[in-house]
Amino acid sequence: MKRFINDCKKYYKYAIYSGKAELKSDIAQSHLSWLWWILDPLLFMLVYTFVSLIVFGKAEQYFSAFIFIGYTSFKFFEKTLKGSVKLVAANKAIVKKVYIPKHILLFRKMYVNGFTSAVSFILVFCTMALYRVPLTYHVISFIPLVVLLLLVTFGFSTILMHFGVFVEDLSNLIAVGLRLLFYLSGVFYSLEKRLESKILRSILLKCNPVAFIIDQMRRALLYGKGIDWKLYFVWIVISIVLAVIGLRLIYRNENGYVKVI
Amino acid sequence: MENAIEVRDLKIRYRSFKKLSIRKSLFRFGKNEQETFEAIRGISFSVPKGQIMGIVGKNGSGKSTLLRAIAGVFSPDEGEIDLHGHTVSLLALGVGFQKKLTGRENIMLAGMLLGFTEEEVREKMPRIIRFADIGEFIDKPVQTYSSGMHSKLSFAITAILETEIMLIDEVLSVGDAKFKKKSYKKMKQLIANKDRTVVIVSHSSATLKKLCDTILWLHEGKIMMQGTTDEVLPEYEKFMQ
Repeated sequence: MKRFINDCKKYYKYAIYSGKAELKSDIAQSHLSWLWWILDPLLFMLVYTFVSLIVFGKAEQYFSAFIFIGYTSFKFFEKTLKGSVKLVAANKAIVKKVYIPKHILLFRKMYVNGFTSAVSFILVFCTMALYRVPLTYHVISFIPLVVLLLLVTFGFSTILMHFGVFVEDLSNLIAVGLRLLFYLSGVFYSLEKRLESKILRSILLKCNPVAFIIDQMRRALLYGKGIDWKLYFVWIVISIVLAVIGLRLIYRNENGYVKVI
Repeated sequence: MENAIEVRDLKIRYRSFKKLSIRKSLFRFGKNEQETFEAIRGISFSVPKGQIMGIVGKNGSGKSTLLRAIAGVFSPDEGEIDLHGHTVSLLALGVGFQKKLTGRENIMLAGMLLGFTEEEVREKMPRIIRFADIGEFIDKPVQTYSSGMHSKLSFAITAILETEIMLIDEVLSVGDAKFKKKSYKKMKQLIANKDRTVVIVSHSSATLKKLCDTILWLHEGKIMMQGTTDEVLPEYEKFMQ
């Protein structure tokens, strides 16, 4: 724990600078540059609105904001997890030449994905303003929910980052798993309303952290309801345990990474 | 004399995992493929400040592992490496460049990874760019560089950022003929600085004879011999024949 804190203190400036540089290089390489940060969630929102309204004929109250919340939260989780599997190998030029705590690479990834998600969350609030969603004090719960999203993502990513070094085709498996998770997280539909089986609904909303975060965020932001604090703290504890396991795996085995990559 | 590097009972092990596919992992029914290989087997030595030490040994003797351990790439499994707070850099081609970023951004990142502050790197940036001599490419992504430009920039970063301890892994001249001459001259100038401690890994006895004060001979992760260049190199050459 002490080592983790010391490493964070020593390398946080590097993580931020390299994250900013990565964002800059990403926009430099596309014609519409930073507009993609807005266009991407906007276009996906339109696609999911089309599928839900036209194909399935179902919609929810404040539907655009409803989708934005689901899409933004899931996308952050998905992009970070997918990236973490190949993170060490993708940075082998650094890892082989200088010492860098490997979780700093993950922080950089989260900084980049977090920035694009923040732009997307601004769209959530803009859409809420357009819908004139009545605001309650429950809106504040948005902040602890974002903290949980960061912790859950970090916890799972550290473990995947470690195993991604040694298991060649893990990224394929993770891609399939995340696709399944996408449909089971209620990104563009309400798990609460669309699932008839009470048991399945309860399992998905309680055991799937992304579904839980998305659902609670919608409750707090759109429907003026309080969040399930008991389950919230259970997931906080699980995320911390996952992060501790992941960090221990990384610290114990990082000498071997250089040889494998 | 004040020591710049002190290595005590250093042991470095690799948990040599093999890359596995999920299918292979499943059919192994949980058998652990993990083997531990001890690359450095309990060595101790010190390097006084300002000294130039060469490391020799046959392939697989642990030279590069030791150099990387001093640079901090590997952490010791047992024992310790004390650099007494001196800054250290490993001069090997490509200081961990990120290909999508420009040369200028990579200078900043490499400098920060070597332990310099943003301000320190910014201050030395013009000198690095001047030494690298790659013209307008400095503001283009590194992925567009030729291998020569890549080498020039990485050499310029380590040479101009001037850490107190320099670790050199078989890289004594890089780039085209003109830059080779320039880099070799710069290297000699850096090495000649009495405040700088240098550790060089090389297979070339002639180079080590010309540059080093002392030699550490490694064999299968252990110290075979340590002493002045005149004492160790003839014995090493005899052994290798």
